[in-house]
Amino acid sequence: MGSYKLINLAFKSITRNKMRSLLTMLGIIIGVASVISLVSIGNGAKADVEKQVASLGTNLIIIHTSRSKTGGVRGGSESLDTLDLNDYKLLKEKATAISGISPVIKEQCQVIASATNWNTSIYGVSPDYLSVCNFSVESGEFFTQRDVKAMSKVAVVGKTVVDELFADQNPIGKKIRIRNVPFRIIGVLAEKGQSGMGTDQDDVILAPSTTVLYRLGNGKTVRTIMASAVTPEKMTDARTQITTILRASHRLSAGQENDFRIRDQTEINNMATGVTGTLTVLLSAIAGVSLLVGGIGVMNIMLVSVTERTREIGIRMAVGARGIDILLQFLVEAVILSLIGGIVGVVTGLGLAFLMGNILGTSVVMTGSVIIYTTLFTGAVGVFFGFYPARKAANLNPIDALKYE
Amino acid sequence: MHTIELKKINKEYAMGDVVVRALKNVSLTIGQGEFIAVMGTSGSGKSTLMNILGCLDLAGGGDYFIEGVHVNKMSKKKLADIRNEKIGFVFQGFNLLARTTAIENVELPLFYERGRSGGNIRDKALAALKQVGLGNRLHHEPNQLSGGQQQRVAIARALVNSPSIIFADEPTGNLDSQTTVEILSLFQELNDRGITIVLVTHEQDVSLYAKRIIEMRDGEIIKDEKVLERKNAFEELALSGSGKTRLTLMSAAGGKF
Repeated sequence: MGSYKLINLAFKSITRNKMRSLLTMLGIIIGVASVISLVSIGNGAKADVEKQVASLGTNLIIIHTSRSKTGGVRGGSESLDTLDLNDYKLLKEKATAISGISPVIKEQCQVIASATNWNTSIYGVSPDYLSVCNFSVESGEFFTQRDVKAMSKVAVVGKTVVDELFADQNPIGKKIRIRNVPFRIIGVLAEKGQSGMGTDQDDVILAPSTTVLYRLGNGKTVRTIMASAVTPEKMTDARTQITTILRASHRLSAGQENDFRIRDQTEINNMATGVTGTLTVLLSAIAGVSLLVGGIGVMNIMLVSVTERTREIGIRMAVGARGIDILLQFLVEAVILSLIGGIVGVVTGLGLAFLMGNILGTSVVMTGSVIIYTTLFTGAVGVFFGFYPARKAANLNPIDALKYE
Repeated sequence: MHTIELKKINKEYAMGDVVVRALKNVSLTIGQGEFIAVMGTSGSGKSTLMNILGCLDLAGGGDYFIEGVHVNKMSKKKLADIRNEKIGFVFQGFNLLARTTAIENVELPLFYERGRSGGNIRDKALAALKQVGLGNRLHHEPNQLSGGQQQRVAIARALVNSPSIIFADEPTGNLDSQTTVEILSLFQELNDRGITIVLVTHEQDVSLYAKRIIEMRDGEIIKDEKVLERKNAFEELALSGSGKTRLTLMSAAGGKF
C-alpha cells in the first residue's frame, strides 16, 4: 500500500470520529503547549539575567582584597588591606591581556547640594572605569587621567543622584559637598538601571581615584580593582597574568595563599543563570510528563480503535493485507494523530508564551530547534504509543477478526 | 495439475476441555473450472474446510496445494499473498467496509497487490463493478445499497484481482429468492469464463446450480457426486423477464474471462 493511500486512510479514520480524535489530541496539545511555553519563558528569563550581568561590564574581572586572619580571628571579606594604587599601576603597565583597568575606592557618604542632601556611594575610579563597567556619559564630560594625577575635585553623577539633588535643574557646573570637600559636577552618566542583584546602578557618584582615596578615604587601601580582558577568550590569560603580577608585587612565596581574590563575569553569569536554568529544566520535565500522559491517551484510543475495527482488519486480511500493512495503517494513524496535536500544541504554546511574557513583562526566547525537537518528539510519541495497538491489530488471526462481532 | 488438492487434512479445535475434530482426514481434488457446492448441517466441518481452503486458517495436519503450491507450513505473509493473488472471497454477511463507497471497496485488494500487475487501480475496479452490473452505483456506500447490490459489490471485489478460485460462504444466505438466483447467475457466468468456484451452502436448492456437490458430516466427506440436473440461473431469469445481469456481464467482460 502506497504512503499516500496510508496517510489518506489515516486522515479518513481520524475525521470519522472527530470528537474522539480532538480529545485525544488535546492531551498531546496540552503537553506540547506547556513544553513550548515553559521553555520559551525559561529561556527568556535566562536571557534577561544574562543581559543584566552583561551590563555590569565587558569581560569584567574583579580583584578583591582577601579576608584577614590574625591570631585565629577571621575578618569579613575584603578586610585585608592588601591592594593599593601601586598594584593598580603595576597591572596597568604589565598585564597585556587586559584592555582597561580601574581601581574602585568606594565611600558611602552624605552628599550636600545647595538646598538638599542625599546619601550615596562615591566611587574613586580611573577614566577606564567607563569602558570596563559599561557606563557612558550622557551630558558633560568624564574626567581624564590628568584630573586623576592632579587630584581634581570633579565628579560625574548618576541619574538617581541628579534626580535627588537637583530635580529639574541642569547639574553640570554645580557644586556639591562630600564630607566637606567641594566637588564640581562635570558630567552626568547615562541611565543603566538595576543590576542583576537589584541595586540601583544609577545611584552613584564617580570621582578621580586619587581624590577619593586621599580626600575621603584612608589614603591607602584600595579594596577593589576592576579590569576588562581584551576578549572573552583571553579571560583566563588575564587572570593568570594578574595573579602572577600581584603575587610578585606582594612578595608571596610559593606555598603562601593569595592575599587577593579574582572573580570574573563568567562566574557571575553562571551563578545568576544557574537558578533560572535549573528552574527551566524542572518545569520542562513536568511538561514532558504531561506529554507522556498525552501519549498514553493516544495509545488508549488506538486500542479502542483496533477493537472497534477488528472486522475491518479481518476483511483487509482476507483480501490479502499482510500483517505489516495493518501495522503501518494503525501506526501512521497514531503518528498523524499525535503530530497534528504536536503542531497545534506548538502554535498554542507560542501564543501562550508571548501572552504570559506580555503579562509578566519578561522576555520570551523561542528557538527553532526547540520547536523542531518538540515536533519530532511528538512524532516519536506517536510511534512509541501507537506501536503496541498496531502490532495487536497486525497479529490478529484473519478468521477470528472476520467473525468478530 | 489440480487447482486444489487436499491430502488427509485434519483440524482440531479445543473447546474448553473438549477437543473437537472438525476435519478428519479430508482428501479432495478440485480441477480448474469446476463449480462445487459444499453441503452440510452446521457443525459438519464445511466452514472449517472453507477457511482452510481459503488460506484464512491453517490445517492441523495433511497437505494442501493450490495450483501446485504447497500451502500449509507457509508463513502468514505468504498466505496473505496467496489470498491476494489467487483467491476471491464472498461472504454471507457481505463484509464490505462500512462508510466506504462501492468502488473503494472493490479497489481494496489492489492496494495490497505485491508485484503490481500494472494498470490503473480505479479502471480495474470500475471494470469489475461493471461486470456485476453496478456501473451506476460506484459512489454509493454499503448502507445505500440493497442486499443483492452489496453482494454484487463483494463479488466484484472478489474478482478484481483476477483470481483463479472464488470461495463463497453462504453467499445467498441473507438474500431473497429472486436476488439469490441473480447472484447464482453471476457465479455461473464467472464459472463459464473459467474461474473455479467453491460455494458453501446448506440449501439443497442452491447447490443444484453447481456442477458437483460435496456433502459433509462430522468432519468427513460423505458424498461427492456430479449434479445431474443442473439448474441454469440465466434461463430462469430470462423466463421471469429479467436477463439484465447476464447482458451486462457479457458486454463488460470483453472476453477477459
